[in-house]
Amino acid sequence: MWQNCTSMKITSSPTQPTTLTCPACGLLCDDVLLTTASPVAVKVACAKSVTFFEQTYSADNPSFGIPSVAGQTTDLNTAIKAATDILRKSNQPLFAGLGTEVQGMRSLMRLAEKTGATLDHMHSEGTVRNTLALQNSGWQTTTLTEVKNRADVILAIGTDIVSSHPRFFEKLVWNTESLFNKPVPEVIYLAAPLNASGENTQAGISPAGTQPMVIPAATEQLPEIINALNALANGKNLNIDNIAGVALSSLQTILEKLKAAQYAVVVWSASNLKFAHAELTVQSITQLIAKLNETNRVAGLPLNSGDGDTSVNNTSTWLSGYPTRNRFTNVKSGGKPEYDAYYFSTKQQLENCDALLWVSTFNAHQPPPDTGAPTIVIGHPNMQFTRAPDVFIPVGIPALDHTGTMFRLDSAVALPLKKLRDSNLPSLSQVTQKILDILSC
Amino acid sequence: MLTLLKNGKIYDPARGKDGVIQDIYIRDGRIVNKPSDTEKISRTYDLAGKVVMAGAIDMHSHIGGGKINIARMMLPEFQETRKYSEPEAHICTPNCSHDATPNTTDTGFRYIEMGYTAAFEPAIMPINARQAHLEMADTPMIDKGGYAMLGSDDYFLRMLAAKKDQKSINDYVAWILHATQAIGIKVVNPGGISAFKFNQRKLDLDENHSYYHISPREILKSLSTAVHELGIAKPLHVHCNNLGAAGNFETTLNTMGASDGLPMHLTHIQFHSYGTEGDKKFSSAAAQISEALNKNKHITADVGQILFGQTVTASGDSMMQHLNAKHANPKKSVIMDIECDAGCGVVPFKYRDQNYVNALQWAIGLEIFLSAEDPWRIFLTTDHPNGAPFTSYPHLIRLLMDKSFRNEAFAKLNLDAQAMSNLTSIDREYSLYEIAIMTRAGAANLVGLHDRGHLGVGGGADITVYTDQLDREAMFSKPDYVFKDGELVVKDGKVVKVTWGATHTAKPAFDISVEKDLKDYFDKYHTIQLDNFKISDDEISNDGRGSVIVHENKQPSH
Ligand code: SF4
Ligand SMILES: [Zn+2]
Repeated sequence: MWQNCTSMKITSSPTQPTTLTCPACGLLCDDVLLTTASPVAVKVACAKSVTFFEQTYSADNPSFGIPSVAGQTTDLNTAIKAATDILRKSNQPLFAGLGTEVQGMRSLMRLAEKTGATLDHMHSEGTVRNTLALQNSGWQTTTLTEVKNRADVILAIGTDIVSSHPRFFEKLVWNTESLFNKPVPEVIYLAAPLNASGENTQAGISPAGTQPMVIPAATEQLPEIINALNALANGKNLNIDNIAGVALSSLQTILEKLKAAQYAVVVWSASNLKFAHAELTVQSITQLIAKLNETNRVAGLPLNSGDGDTSVNNTSTWLSGYPTRNRFTNVKSGGKPEYDAYYFSTKQQLENCDALLWVSTFNAHQPPPDTGAPTIVIGHPNMQFTRAPDVFIPVGIPALDHTGTMFRLDSAVALPLKKLRDSNLPSLSQVTQKILDILSC
Repeated sequence: MLTLLKNGKIYDPARGKDGVIQDIYIRDGRIVNKPSDTEKISRTYDLAGKVVMAGAIDMHSHIGGGKINIARMMLPEFQETRKYSEPEAHICTPNCSHDATPNTTDTGFRYIEMGYTAAFEPAIMPINARQAHLEMADTPMIDKGGYAMLGSDDYFLRMLAAKKDQKSINDYVAWILHATQAIGIKVVNPGGISAFKFNQRKLDLDENHSYYHISPREILKSLSTAVHELGIAKPLHVHCNNLGAAGNFETTLNTMGASDGLPMHLTHIQFHSYGTEGDKKFSSAAAQISEALNKNKHITADVGQILFGQTVTASGDSMMQHLNAKHANPKKSVIMDIECDAGCGVVPFKYRDQNYVNALQWAIGLEIFLSAEDPWRIFLTTDHPNGAPFTSYPHLIRLLMDKSFRNEAFAKLNLDAQAMSNLTSIDREYSLYEIAIMTRAGAANLVGLHDRGHLGVGGGADITVYTDQLDREAMFSKPDYVFKDGELVVKDGKVVKVTWGATHTAKPAFDISVEKDLKDYFDKYHTIQLDNFKISDDEISNDGRGSVIVHENKQPSH
């Protein structure tokens, strides 16, 4: 399966595919070009993608790809055994981080079923806000190819889109070819967090130089602002000039543009809505969309946060019946899944768990949270720690060291990830399977 | 290793066997001839008095892909309803489960525990096919497969609008079958899912799509011809226009003529058999539909029976589901436009026996079942989970086989609905042989599984053994034994061994040059590469559990 050694070797894969699927954000661009495999170099990629593919081997990190137990380097089998011991002793393990793809999540679910673990993703705050809105009222949404070919108005609420999804405008808004000869889209930013120079909305300037409509407001004011938009959409008269500093006339303009559009798309990023009961604001956005669809065509596009959150949410749902933040009980009789979007959060469970398994295979810079409980990290080979976990098992990076499958932010599309090089790093699934094997005997 | 099933009462319509006592020998997963006396038999099951049938095949059940996963996410409360009995569902028995959205493991387990050994996902959106196969790969015990949805995808609509020749359409359809690892082609509200994206809210059979200026009839003609000329077994699977709308039976009758006599399968026909008579302007058109079904030999249909209780409707028909969303119970729904490929609508629904419309829907489904003269052309489905969860099949079988049970249930319905149905005037009771046709031999024939659905020599040894009981619901809920590919996997209604099943596909020959134009289309308009649209065999088999079976490219006969 893999070599059990204490040094890291990377050789390039003999077959070099030319196009790659980039897992570095929820757009999952699969047009990224591999120029050389050793070292990995890419083009047609954004800076985020270049960082993901190219900063994956670091010669100045002597412990790159090397397992450790209690901070001391060791071999893989010893590390796996130490991790198994921790899980065997644990009654309430927490599997968190979950930075992985479909196959990795499948294996973690099997291990969770066996050990009675609680599962939560590192970016679940945003996921859960959307899920709660979905569970309260449902929604009407669209997907990337529809945006590319139909959207003539893009309303971005509380997000600049590009900070989290860099190639959104390049690929889906300013495309010159579209199926139905749609006009160049109008872009509206409502309460997008603006950086000092305002340059984060530059992606919304059309190639011909048309400026986007930028309506500044603090993100925390969105509940009031969206409620007002809903009131206007329902034909209510609001006898005020402004809401939370936003002129009522601006909101009227937004509404008119949404109604005049052939196909308007409303984009939000739930992870940006960092205030209490933000799920109600998501719900308010989806209600606005539902109202407009009585007569027009408008669709929502919820952004995700990355590190495999959409893949993990989907895989969890079909395997257990429940989306992110669930756990298994009744381990002896096969494992019964339970769901609690609040109580099974990492934050809540860190206080109760007696072991933490932290997973981050895409990202070297997502360390585990501090906890008194014994901590196992299965992660990116370039992870470095200020406080060493009890066990560190470096594993292959999906889309570099092994194949896999990932879901795009719209959940409609799942794409295969390629393997670019031969490393002697095991995959997360292989490590998890090995732990399961030891636990079963 | 040789296994002997001894003295069972065999119901094998594919071989004309109606309750004959016969032995079955199994070797290496296959049914074999009686071996020579010198050969050692490793295991013998004495099945004296037991009913033996091939494993059942569900030819239409939403078991994999985005829609059901959306339903699971939206309705976590359903997971608590596994053994739930609701007051208004008083027709149900303890065997009924109301888990409309089981996880993949439960899906496989519940199917095999009822003696089903295969199920087909009828609405694989080509762009979402990878997810459908991922979910089906995680569904244990049973074989699976699916029908790829076409007819609202812009690539096809552009071809049709540009009057591309039939050969080009055929090549595209075949390419889709390969790329999505499907065994059949489905069309949902022909053209309507696309029309909804252009803000059209209704599309009749002869009405034009506002952008492409083509009608559903043209779409049906083109796709049914393609499927026929490619020679795959499964006829075009048709979800008609106007799903669920009062008066839609006329659309359904006209749709039967849209293929000019080429085979078509009209799915969940119960939902398309509504008239507009009576005070409530909603009535049964089962008589008209049944008459036409009996007459039109090129048409097959599955019923899509509703049963009372909580469920969720999950359909590719975003246009009609958007309209139905106002009846959502609980009040929430998901409507999606997807990838210039299709769409979906997920709307939870609670069928109540005291609701006039629901009660009549229940009666309409049964009227259709009981009026079908040819059991080879009608199939037992609830359109899981749209009419009811598949776990209610044993209950449905009893309704078909037991007239007094059926009439007792009918007597509890909404009184106005009772007045509008002639169900109690129908005396027919299905026989075990006819049930075996509907759920085994006919289904295998329809989908094109030549080595399943029968107990003849050479067949795959998917076999279900029941105790003959007067209570047919109890009987079909809990088989004594189920063999999957020759292995004993269920004993006394409980799984004793976990297996994973295979994926059935059809891969007719086609001209690969079709990819040239497709590549150009993908590069210009899509958001993924053409190569990533295609699902390789490895993706299905590389976890070591799944495998792909390719079925021969020819029409079956019985
Ligand atoms: S936009 Fe996202 S998916 Fe595309 S290349 Fe950049 S990081 Fe990768
Ligand atoms: Zn269906």
